[in-house]
Amino acid sequence: MTGTTGAALGAPAERREGRQKVTGAARYAAEYAPPGRVHAWPVPAAVARGRVTGVDTSAALALPGVLAVLTPSDAAGLAAPEDGTLAVLRTPDVPHRGWCVALAVAETPETARAAARAVRVDYAAKPHDAGPAEGHPDAYEPEDVVGQPGRVEYGDPEAAYAAAEVRLDVTYRVPPLHNHPMEPHATTAHWDGDRLTVYTSTQGGTTVRSVLAGMFRLPEERVTVVAEHVGGGFGSKGTPRPDVVLAALAARHTGRPVTLAYPRRYLPTVAGHRAPTVQRLRLGAHPDGRLTALLHEVTTQTSRVNEFVEHAAVVSRVMYATPSLLSTHRVVPLDVPTPSWMRAPGEAPGMYALESAVDELADALGTDPVELRVLNEPRTEPAGGKPFSSRHVVECLREGARRFGWAGRDPRPGIRREGPLLLGTGVAAATYPVQVAPSTATAEARPDGTFVVRINAADIGTGARTVLAQIAADALGVPLDRVRTEVGHSDLPPAPLAGGSSGTASWGWAVHEACARLAAHPEEGPTVRADTTGKADADSPYARHAFGAHFAEVAVDTVTGEIRVRRLLGVYAAGRILNARTARSQFTGAMIMGLGMALTEHSTLDPAFGDFPEADLAAYHVPVQADVPDIEADWIDEHDSHLNPMGSKGIGEIGIVGTAAAIGNAVHHATGIRFRELPLTPDRILAAPPYQG
Amino acid sequence: MTSAPRPGQHSEVTLRVNGKPHTLRVDHRRVLLDLLREELGLTGSKKGCDHGQCGACTVLVDGRRLNSCLLLAVALDGSEITTVEGLGGDGEEPHPLQRAFLDRDAFQCGYCTPGQLCSAVGMLAEAAAGHPSHVTDPGAPSGRPVPLDRTEIRERMSGNLCRCGAYPRIVEAIEDVIP
Ligand code: FES
Ligand code: FES
Repeated sequence: MTGTTGAALGAPAERREGRQKVTGAARYAAEYAPPGRVHAWPVPAAVARGRVTGVDTSAALALPGVLAVLTPSDAAGLAAPEDGTLAVLRTPDVPHRGWCVALAVAETPETARAAARAVRVDYAAKPHDAGPAEGHPDAYEPEDVVGQPGRVEYGDPEAAYAAAEVRLDVTYRVPPLHNHPMEPHATTAHWDGDRLTVYTSTQGGTTVRSVLAGMFRLPEERVTVVAEHVGGGFGSKGTPRPDVVLAALAARHTGRPVTLAYPRRYLPTVAGHRAPTVQRLRLGAHPDGRLTALLHEVTTQTSRVNEFVEHAAVVSRVMYATPSLLSTHRVVPLDVPTPSWMRAPGEAPGMYALESAVDELADALGTDPVELRVLNEPRTEPAGGKPFSSRHVVECLREGARRFGWAGRDPRPGIRREGPLLLGTGVAAATYPVQVAPSTATAEARPDGTFVVRINAADIGTGARTVLAQIAADALGVPLDRVRTEVGHSDLPPAPLAGGSSGTASWGWAVHEACARLAAHPEEGPTVRADTTGKADADSPYARHAFGAHFAEVAVDTVTGEIRVRRLLGVYAAGRILNARTARSQFTGAMIMGLGMALTEHSTLDPAFGDFPEADLAAYHVPVQADVPDIEADWIDEHDSHLNPMGSKGIGEIGIVGTAAAIGNAVHHATGIRFRELPLTPDRILAAPPYQG
Repeated sequence: MTSAPRPGQHSEVTLRVNGKPHTLRVDHRRVLLDLLREELGLTGSKKGCDHGQCGACTVLVDGRRLNSCLLLAVALDGSEITTVEGLGGDGEEPHPLQRAFLDRDAFQCGYCTPGQLCSAVGMLAEAAAGHPSHVTDPGAPSGRPVPLDRTEIRERMSGNLCRCGAYPRIVEAIEDVIP
């Protein structure tokens, strides 16, 4: 495989769209206003399960400025989507509370909102079951979770655990969590005859195009999807959401361009969420700390619309050498909103539980938690036995320990006091798989000596334009300022989504290939097209993962129950880092989301109502400035020739993996109390026996 | 069951936005954020929640930072509004804080950024005018400029959410422009 040798890769190049973003010129989906554009407002289902028996639209339609109210069956003529969450307004059935049962369209957002409120919906409600999943009779073991078996077992884990000299049996809980990107899901749709254009907030415009073409029975070339700037997604915009279908439908229905910007508090029920998990961990070990058994059993839930399994147990197939392993999932379909991808699905909750349990084992053995991890370092991937393409988790732990000042740490919990504060430090490892998908891209040589790279990549805040230009410049052997990139438009060469930390690897591979060929064979130009199908998706003989380590210092207020993170450090081994500036921002940003997972982010699936009481940003607490201390993220040089031509691993998600465990472990070190349910809010701290009253 | 248009649902207001006067007949339900975005085409101000919970819509009203999603436009007759589009004034050069955001990579997706910028400009003026915050030493003399250390900046900028987690870089960018 040819490596890139130029000067652009790795450099801290400034974001190319930065100027537009700081001046307010960057346009997001709801900010396109084709002439005559009107606004839509959804009506969410007010029952958790049942049927719509009637929709009275007369009061809504009587409001001046109302164009239409779409009702169940208005989308009946569309082809059935593969993704059940997009099957809105096709039938009167209500699969969960918050499901869209009508859509008001009006000249202004104010009128659309008033009209939606004036719509009267009658339901035949049916009894619903919204859990909890724990102990539920309908739990089953899914065959497949994210392309892996739902269950992996080797050795005789039950027997090995029973025979272990040291045993730990603990259960950890992670609540439902919401993505809440700052830009709510939104689409502006516009028909020109039988051509459909949507400006939409998505992590993958190519998929949006094929889904809309399928549902509206159009050839793909009649559908244009524009997503120039996307205000975050963190997984919730990884698949098309109801807004894009509803906006297109309403635009066709009214003959006017329509913007549907989902109200913030409706998002938790329609935009996916991280499903809650209950994770039982059993660790068996020799007295010296070597594992003899690792059992990781996850119970989670999904909706009746789609099966989505939060695959939290897969991390136990990767992390530690063990002669016996059980890694399994059980899922319960309920009458609840459909869970979906949220930053590091599976890995984030899974490593919270596993890395907390490993800390508990270290505590039980009286071993340093860094050393316990080093002791259990596997030579090959524990499940499957493939060699690692590269694995530097020990180096991350050692380098992190050095920078954090871990050496000489007194392991005794609950002894460092500062007035009412108890102080502690904690560590956890991190891992995230290397994923990569085939992509196409073109590179064009212009007569003026510049180059244009075109690819329908999505820049959701990662800096895709910038890093792809860096990849192109080095492959072409030209300075960075001679390369322009075009992304975020479906007229560009098709590309996979920004998700699974795979965007840069997938797109970059195609960009690299097009540019390298153009440089080597200018006569093939001026435009060279590359397609990495067959290469990017080829089976690898290697287990490929990024790794890292997180270190945290906390202060726990024994009077108020408040936990403050004082320091947070992440050290990563993620292949070649392609842009030092934007990479650092992604790492620290994900660590902050991990801090939120540990301390502030909490949602509840209310069994009586079947949805989330914590639906808006006043009730669901994403971390704010004052929650966030000095955070440091760095990486070690890693050279891995088994990845892609750039030698990169994905970096968008690993920062959230293990962060909550490092903070939780620090809280134990501070207090001597093991809290096993997130988030670690003051009420939970104060409910612990020593702090009551 | 119809609701006929009641009289008095619209009124005329005059606002100056980024130095330019605008006289508009506004729906009484219309908030400043929607007026900017839908009527004036100034889409730099963002709608993150429409409920005063995120700060994405922060603009300067007569020099004070406010959540424009909570301000009824009809009540703002005669106000002077500055949005992210107007921070740099008439010149080509961005405001020094905009430059600092670029230098520090103080954003990722950019959706919270206009609100962060307007909020920070307003915040610097508040501190200079001696407004205390929750973390200001209560014993400090009132009315004197409050020195802005990181704790002060973080406290004062906590009304502006950033889901991308650009917070540490935003603090650095603000520090860069503190005189
Ligand atoms: S949009 Fe105004 S505070 Fe969120
Ligand atoms: S930069 Fe994305 S929310 Fe702040």
